[in-house]
This record gives sequence, C-alpha cells and structure tokens, in this order.
Amino acid sequence: MAEHYDVLVVGAGPAGLAAADAAAGHGARVGLLDAQATLGGQVWRRDVRAEAPRMARHAFHAVERRTNIARFTQTQIVAATDKELLVEQAAQARTLRYDKLVLACGARELLLPFPGWTLPGVFGAGGAQALIKQGWPIAGKRVVIAGSGPLLLAVAATLRKHGASIAAICEQASAKQLAAFAGALWRWPQKAAQALVLRATLTGVPYHAAAFVRAAHGDARLRSVEVQIGENLVRIECDHLAVGYGLVPNVELAQLLGCALTRNGSHPHVEVDDDQRTSIANVYAAGEVCGIGGRDSARIEGAIAGHAAVGATQAAQALRSAQRHARRFSALLETRFTLDARIRELATDDTIVCRCEDVTWSALRDFGDARAAKLQTRCGMGACQGRICGTALAELGRFPRGGPRPPIFPARLATLAEADFASTPN
Amino acid sequence: MNTTAKPVCLHVDGVAVEAPVGASVAAAIAQVTLRFGRRPGGGARAPLCGMGVCFECRVRIDGIDHQRACMTIVREGMRVETAMEPAHG
Repeated sequence: MAEHYDVLVVGAGPAGLAAADAAAGHGARVGLLDAQATLGGQVWRRDVRAEAPRMARHAFHAVERRTNIARFTQTQIVAATDKELLVEQAAQARTLRYDKLVLACGARELLLPFPGWTLPGVFGAGGAQALIKQGWPIAGKRVVIAGSGPLLLAVAATLRKHGASIAAICEQASAKQLAAFAGALWRWPQKAAQALVLRATLTGVPYHAAAFVRAAHGDARLRSVEVQIGENLVRIECDHLAVGYGLVPNVELAQLLGCALTRNGSHPHVEVDDDQRTSIANVYAAGEVCGIGGRDSARIEGAIAGHAAVGATQAAQALRSAQRHARRFSALLETRFTLDARIRELATDDTIVCRCEDVTWSALRDFGDARAAKLQTRCGMGACQGRICGTALAELGRFPRGGPRPPIFPARLATLAEADFASTPN
Repeated sequence: MNTTAKPVCLHVDGVAVEAPVGASVAAAIAQVTLRFGRRPGGGARAPLCGMGVCFECRVRIDGIDHQRACMTIVREGMRVETAMEPAHG
C-alpha cells in the first residue's frame, strides 16, 4: 500500500525547507524528500568540521520539530506522475502518493569542457566546496578557483578555512562588470554585508578579473593550470582547480511531469504564477528551479508555495513583495556575469565532452541535435544522463538538451519493477 | 557538529582509513587515491560535481557497484573499492 501525503516537497534546501514548514504549519501531512543524507541542500550543506550558519539551523529546527513532516533523506526520485512519485532509498523502492507537489530541486553547476578538465583534481567550484565540507582532505593543498559569479568568493572562504592555500581566484567577468555588480548590491544589504565579510576573509588572495582557465595540465593528476589574465597567459602550479561558470536549474523532474518551461538564454527554468504554481494544477515550484536567484528568493518562494499548496492564499500573497525584491537579484546576476565568448571555444578536437562515454568534441562536430548525437556517439547516454555534457553543449550553442525519460536517475531493476507504481506519463 | 566524535574507520582498496563522522566516502577515498575508477577510454576517473549529478565518483561499496561516493556517508567497517569495471565492457 503506497503512503499518501497532502503535500510532497522535493528538495530540502532553503526553498524546500520553507515550503515544508509553511504547509505543515496549516496542519497538512507533509513529506520532505532529498537525495542527500542531511537537510540543507547545496547552500546549507552541513560542514562535518564546523557548525551550520544560524539561518540554516533555524530552518532545520523548524522542520525537525514538526511531527507532521516526514523526512526522507537519501531518497532518489526515479519516476513521477501527477499523483505519485517512485523513489529509491538504499536497497528499497517506494511509492509516495500526493495531492500537491512542491518542486524545490535547486540547481547544479554549469561545467564547461576545456583541455584537461577530466584530470583528477579538477572539480566544479561549488563541487569543491561540497566535497570539502564533507571531509575531503584539503589542508596544505594549493587551489586555483575559477569561473564566474559570487559563489567563487564563498568557495574560496570555505577552502581557506579548511587550510587550503588559494593560489588565485580567476573571475571571468571584467573589472567593469564587477564594479557595476558591487555598485548595485546596496539594494540587498545582507548580501552586501556578506560580500564585505568574504572579501575581508580573503585578504592576501590574488583576485583576477577578466581571467579564465584555458587548460589544465598533469599526468595522473592535475599539476598546473594555464590561465588567461587579460592579455597574458599565465601558468599556475596547483593541486586542485575548482571551476564553475554559474548555476543551472534542475528541471528534469518538472519536465517529466510536463510542467511548462521558459528558456532564458541556454537553460530552461520552470514557469510559475503568483502562487508558485506550475502549468500542472497540483504542482508548485520554488527557488532555483524557477531561475537562479539565490538563497533569499528561494526561502520566500518556498514559503509561498507551501502556503499556496494548502490553500492559504492570503499567507502566500503577503510574501509577494518580498519575493519580487529578492528576485531582482537574479536579473543582476545574469547581466553582470555574462560569459566571455572565448570560454565557449576552449574545447579542442580531442577534448572529452561527454565524460561518461568519453565522446570528444570532434566526434560531435557533425551532429545538429542531441538525439542524433546520442544514437551515433553515445553522448549523453551514460550514468549522468547528459546532465553534464547536455547542459554544456546547450551553453556552447551546439544543441538544446533532449527531454528526460524515466528513470530520471539510474535505478535498480527491482525498483523499476515496483508493482505499486501505476505508470509513467506518456 | 561532530568535531569531538570518534572518527569512523573504513577500508578503501584494502587500506584502513579514518574519516570524521558525517564525512562522505569520497573524502575517505581521497586519503588513499584520487583515481576513483577508469574512464571507458582507460583514463582516470575522479569526482567533479561533488553533489551527485556527474556520477564520476562512482565506486563499489560493500560489494554494490555504481554507488556515488559523494552522496554516501562513511560507516564503520565499510569496504570501498575503486577498481570497479566501466559500466559497459
């Protein structure tokens, strides 16, 4: 017999935690799901060697004290319909039914191919932060941090706190773009204060604007990176490279459910109305999945979705103006951290683009769409299901990602045979 | 916060390692090797995204293949192997 919930919330980051708390506050029976082992999502991922920030602790406590919220951690969603989710937990498949669904699936990093990016020691920027928060040994290692966006400073601060030596921070945006970004921050005093604290923490770390990594070099592991700094090409010795070009909404589940998406640039996000409702009547979405906006808009939108999902429209509407203000930050991010066109041209003929299947840039040259490329080269057919290469190819202007089909994450055969799960859409 | 808790002992490719409570298997492996497996073309495979998306950190844990090391928390006595075969062939 499948369990039934009034509201299921997918993702336990700032948006999902706020949604679960808001819905449960009205007495609804709520299930909160996350693939990670602990609550917090990416931005509030717990650091095994440090205490969580106060805002995160409050959010965890709010959810943990409510007896009408069931928490499902280490739970991977495999398939979905407008009434139920098929999930996998450790060695067990499970069907969870719902009246309302809140998608708070967050975002992943935009990772782009360049020569040497498959060398051990090269991570995403947020990826490095995540690994190190969970105990990856970094003390005494030399790290280059590169890519784009405010995340780079936060990553540098985390790594430094854990004893890494930051060889350089390379931000691809120009000094002019950065000045314009900093100049607009006063409208979000909390973010401005955060930025100042980060800058102070990073005194003495070389920070380069208009700088990006052209190539990584090494043998069995990363030894050095080649960095374009303005007009100069500079070689920096390092043990690790943490490189990320911003964030991309995780829309796969929304897409599988048939929610309408909007494409803003190369990457789609979920379309929602004033109540955070998607084009599917009983499915809501909140936070990064609706477009990259950061922690603050995620928290507010999560609360709006949670209230709206249980019919508490007034409580939802009361948060509207705060949400609009927080969302303006996404526009600022988009305009001030636009990518230097040269970053899209770093891959050479023998650069691996699809890391799961070792498909090179030259092997993909003759294909005009994701499906043809997949059938002929296996590009996007591996374990990540095109989440890395498909997103990169979309950003590089080759072709948009193909739509997902269940299972949306690799699953055991026994899970797919789960008798309780009715069917998958179309 | 688990800074005072007794570390967890596990085995990575037969080597005994200690990791803090709540640490990921990826962090434990990194004490032994940066090579988490082999690419289809023979090159080394190692973690990239750190958050369960890229599957580059997949290893065998307690006999079960294709577990994401970044998404799995260390347990006392766990046996981790990086010599898993590529997914096909």
